Amino acid sequence: MPEALLELEDVTARYGPVTALHGVSLRVGEGEAVAVLGANGAGKTTTLRAISGSVRRAGRIAYAGKSIARSSPEATTRAGIAHVPEGRGTLTDLTVRENLRLGAYTRRDRAAIKQDEERVLGYFPPLRDRRDQRAGTLSGGEQQMLALARALMLRPRLLLLDEPSLGLAPIVVAEIFRIVGELNEREGLAVLVVEQNAALALDASARAYVLEVGRVAVEGESAALRRDEAVRKSYLGY
Amino acid sequence: MLLAFDWTQLAQQIVIGLSSGGVWATLAVALVLIYRSTGVVNFAQGEMAMFSTFIAWSLVHHGLSYWGAFFLTVALSFLGGVTVERVVIKPVERAPVLTVVIVTLGLFFLVNGAARWLWSPEVRSLPNAFSTRPIEIAGVAFSIQDLGTIAVSLGAVALLWLFFRFTKLGLASRAAAVNPEATRLVGVRVSWMLALGWGLAAAMGAVSGMLTAPALASFDQNLMQPVLLYAFAGAVLGGLDSPLGAVVGSLLLGVLINLIGTYVDWVGTDLRLPVALAVILGVLLVKPTGLLGRAEVSRV
Repeated sequence: MPEALLELEDVTARYGPVTALHGVSLRVGEGEAVAVLGANGAGKTTTLRAISGSVRRAGRIAYAGKSIARSSPEATTRAGIAHVPEGRGTLTDLTVRENLRLGAYTRRDRAAIKQDEERVLGYFPPLRDRRDQRAGTLSGGEQQMLALARALMLRPRLLLLDEPSLGLAPIVVAEIFRIVGELNEREGLAVLVVEQNAALALDASARAYVLEVGRVAVEGESAALRRDEAVRKSYLGY
Repeated sequence: MLLAFDWTQLAQQIVIGLSSGGVWATLAVALVLIYRSTGVVNFAQGEMAMFSTFIAWSLVHHGLSYWGAFFLTVALSFLGGVTVERVVIKPVERAPVLTVVIVTLGLFFLVNGAARWLWSPEVRSLPNAFSTRPIEIAGVAFSIQDLGTIAVSLGAVALLWLFFRFTKLGLASRAAAVNPEATRLVGVRVSWMLALGWGLAAAMGAVSGMLTAPALASFDQNLMQPVLLYAFAGAVLGGLDSPLGAVVGSLLLGVLINLIGTYVDWVGTDLRLPVALAVILGVLLVKPTGLLGRAEVSRV
């Protein structure tokens, strides 16, 4: 198993009086692709929000050997965690180029940022032609690409992806997962992806966790989970 | 009557209208800035501008030149705006819109009261920023004061636009106003972007106050109340969420009100405020998004 980049131990989180996570433990190795599966309301999104600091949480969260259990979203971003939120977080009023520049907000190396803009656009050709268009005018698939591209501009070590397939046509979803897989393999980017589409996520990851009402119900290698009919029937519904 | 139409007078009245419209535009832009980021109209914006103007008066009173006092006051007002946000607005950042509105109303009375407490009632005026001589352009005499006022107010607006359009900080504050959650996730300290917005709004207000006062023989603590109304009308006309709209709306309104006052005898100068209020009402009834505003998308 690769060395742990991210480690959660007994993490709980709540929205006001409602507890969304009842003690989740999981790990993501350096350069590893990990999936978090489960039904609606199982706590998948909250798990990502707990990591990036977008929700109040308790428990142990270590990233690159340091605790980030009390870090704000600004701080976890600066540490190299890029969170592509549910609904993509499109900044509709800004152009594609401005979105990318904003992705590199915490960086100071101007020349490298320019290079990265080209490199990132290389992954997403449709965005290249729409550089000066407002993000709000893009299609859903293009907005998801933009969200990913913006996240990459941070030069993250860990990418948190929340339901990248939501509301998109299968062919677009396949393309997005292909690109994420490529980033993971070629650039060694660690990915923690949350998905409702279990088959897709298991194909794209090395290991997976299945959440049920705020707890980890099953965990294991993605290939093994895919073959396990009991797990598939009771948790993944396919 | 039509044959003898006085084109010279029309040109002069348009410039005078642009001059008042320009002053309103600087305050209108301040209103839009706060509206976009905080979601409310800051009713205290005019009083904050009045307070700035009194600071400028004190500086001039202690021997500074008009322009020395002008720039120092803009800087102090920026810091003041940031402080107001940190102390008064930040605690209600997540509160319902109505709560924030009431807080700005409270701020209105607080700032007004503080200015009355600090500065005694007396006849008080600011020196003219520009020469009072007229200048002749294409055979028409204009006042340098009016032209200078237009230049300074539009210059201030243009600087602000450059900041938002071309700097990283400006980009981050635009993003924070549209989608604070997503902006936080790229590492922007969104809460400080709000404070920055309040600081810039206060600085713009200071400009409008310091351009308003010299035109008056004497001013008191109620200096900016009509200006706030005109600025609000201008911003509504242009679209409350559009900075460009606020400028265009204010300039249009300035010219409109001045021309109505000149050519419609029974309106004169007494009915100028009601005309502005009629504009607010008319726009809200006919096209609530204003000339350049976009349809409201409610915040979630």
